Amino acid sequence: MSFLATLRIAMNALRINKLRSALTMLGIIIGVAAVIVMIAVGRGAQARVEDQIRSLGSNIIMVQSGSFTGGGARGGSGSQSTISEDDAAALGREIDGIQAAAPTLRGTGQVVAGNANWSTTFYGVTPDYLEVRDWSIVDGRGFEPFEMAGAAKVALIGKTVAANLFGDVNPIDQVIRVRKVPLTIIGVLDRKGQNMMGQDQDDIVLMPITTARKRVIGSTQAKSRNVNAIMVKTRDGADMDVAEAGMRELLRQRHRLQVGQDDDFFVRNLSEILQAQEAASRVMAILLAAVASVSLLVGGIGIMNIMLVSVTERTREIGLRMAVGAKGGDILNQFLIEAVTLSLIGGLIGILLGISGDFLVSNFAGWRTELSIDAIFLAAGFAAVIGIFFGYYPAKKASRLSPIEALRYE
Amino acid sequence: MADVLIRVCGLTKDYVMGDTTVQALRGVDLEINQGEFVAVMGPSGSGKSTFMNLLGCLDRPSSGSYFLQTQEVSHLSSDELAGVRNQKLGFVFQHFNLLPRTSATENVALPLLYANLSSAERTEHALRRLAQVGLADRADHHPAQLSGGQQQRVAIARALVNDPMLVLADEPTGALDTRTSIEIMALLQALNRQGITIVLVTHENDVANFASRIISFRDGQITSDRPNQANDAAAQLQ
Repeated sequence: MSFLATLRIAMNALRINKLRSALTMLGIIIGVAAVIVMIAVGRGAQARVEDQIRSLGSNIIMVQSGSFTGGGARGGSGSQSTISEDDAAALGREIDGIQAAAPTLRGTGQVVAGNANWSTTFYGVTPDYLEVRDWSIVDGRGFEPFEMAGAAKVALIGKTVAANLFGDVNPIDQVIRVRKVPLTIIGVLDRKGQNMMGQDQDDIVLMPITTARKRVIGSTQAKSRNVNAIMVKTRDGADMDVAEAGMRELLRQRHRLQVGQDDDFFVRNLSEILQAQEAASRVMAILLAAVASVSLLVGGIGIMNIMLVSVTERTREIGLRMAVGAKGGDILNQFLIEAVTLSLIGGLIGILLGISGDFLVSNFAGWRTELSIDAIFLAAGFAAVIGIFFGYYPAKKASRLSPIEALRYE
Repeated sequence: MADVLIRVCGLTKDYVMGDTTVQALRGVDLEINQGEFVAVMGPSGSGKSTFMNLLGCLDRPSSGSYFLQTQEVSHLSSDELAGVRNQKLGFVFQHFNLLPRTSATENVALPLLYANLSSAERTEHALRRLAQVGLADRADHHPAQLSGGQQQRVAIARALVNDPMLVLADEPTGALDTRTSIEIMALLQALNRQGITIVLVTHENDVANFASRIISFRDGQITSDRPNQANDAAAQLQ
């Protein structure tokens, strides 16, 4: 008996019991839609965390001087800094897993350009800084070695600063004043967006670390080589923990700290926090998908239930079909196709519902979602498998009926 | 002498129910020729239904042999039996057993579906058989829109649609009033005259009297097998 003829019988049977078929499908519809939306939401959350890691610069370890993290007791100004540019150079030179170590001097202040002004944070950095943070320059150029050596009055600015000081005007070669020191803008940094604390990373001015020390921040630090922080980037594939331990040991040696004495610096592995967050969001995504799958499973059980009822109800029909020549396999196919058709149509509607649900969640709830083709195929495939799995038992039961008993069934 | 259509030898059928075995048939020997109209009678529990199930290839005997024409069918698999039913037999049931919400044409064409005929062929054969039972104008009606007699005619058309060598009718008038019963018997007699072999199960003497041979069962055995001067159902309708 041809597949098409069997399909037609199945479709007819479903059409005759429209309401029942629709309700049975509803289980699959909700299940498939839930799986699609939940996977989209879960992946969206994961992608957000991944973006944050990316915007921070991957594989970052921060070394900060004790005075900044130690709280009130250490207080005071930058003169309390314990780490220096030389520490940064040593780290880059002596620890295997480190790709680059970027010392930074940090300051805040009013930046003036023409009659516009803007309060922002500025950093004295080395060219390593951009490498460490995976930050590119969209317009203009970076610092040249002679500018680093000569404390040249040049600066790179972030998009936010550019927008606030210059609007639509091209900021390249314009002059800004930072603490009354005129700096020529030589480049604009690519947009990085917010970091995980919600701070605008594009609200920034970068200048050579020498310029910051000698000209902008002032005399107290002019002679020392101390810095506020060192941002370290490890090589791809390097073990962050090993690198961190090596850094700690090297810095203790360089600072001549005795055994038992506390570190006078603070090492933070930023991506560790984010990775923990990423792991959490991944678990969350799996959990969401699992819960949604359960509803798909329940939908499948609904199909099985209805198919069992249908087989019982149509026992005489089965008997008649057998009497006029239907083989066991014909009956099995008929009911199996019915179940699979139910779940596939349900799956299809579920996909449409899932896509629109995803649209609603991202547009009205404002959550970030990532709709993916593989999730859709997964849900559809799952629906088909459920149709076959839960349809097989009732269909097998139908095909095993004795024609005599089936014909006599009241 | 016409060709032998059915030959059964030493046919027995046992049903095991718990620890007791019920012997529904205790050795039946019988021959039925091509073109006969046979009525099988007997009280309930006499084994006549079991016998009909075996004749109809719906079941396999516990022992004995059953030749349908020249084919020994008593040891075929269920799928092979389904094929025999599909190609060689037609069934008429007491309760018609039509598919609800399905047109008369589709009901009649049902056996052809399992014979792998194309949709056009199925419809053509079905319409021809419906015309033969006088229901050409009801082809699109659903069973619910037909009277009992008309439903049984559709069922008879379905039994004929595969050009069977044998039509088995199990109490075909059991659910019908007297006049409609006679109409149905007249139809069966007319088909018989066209050469179709019919075996009919009934417990009503009136109905059995339309057949040309009456076989009686009791306790799983044939107690009598006699020719019968058949009443003409068509004449009774006048």
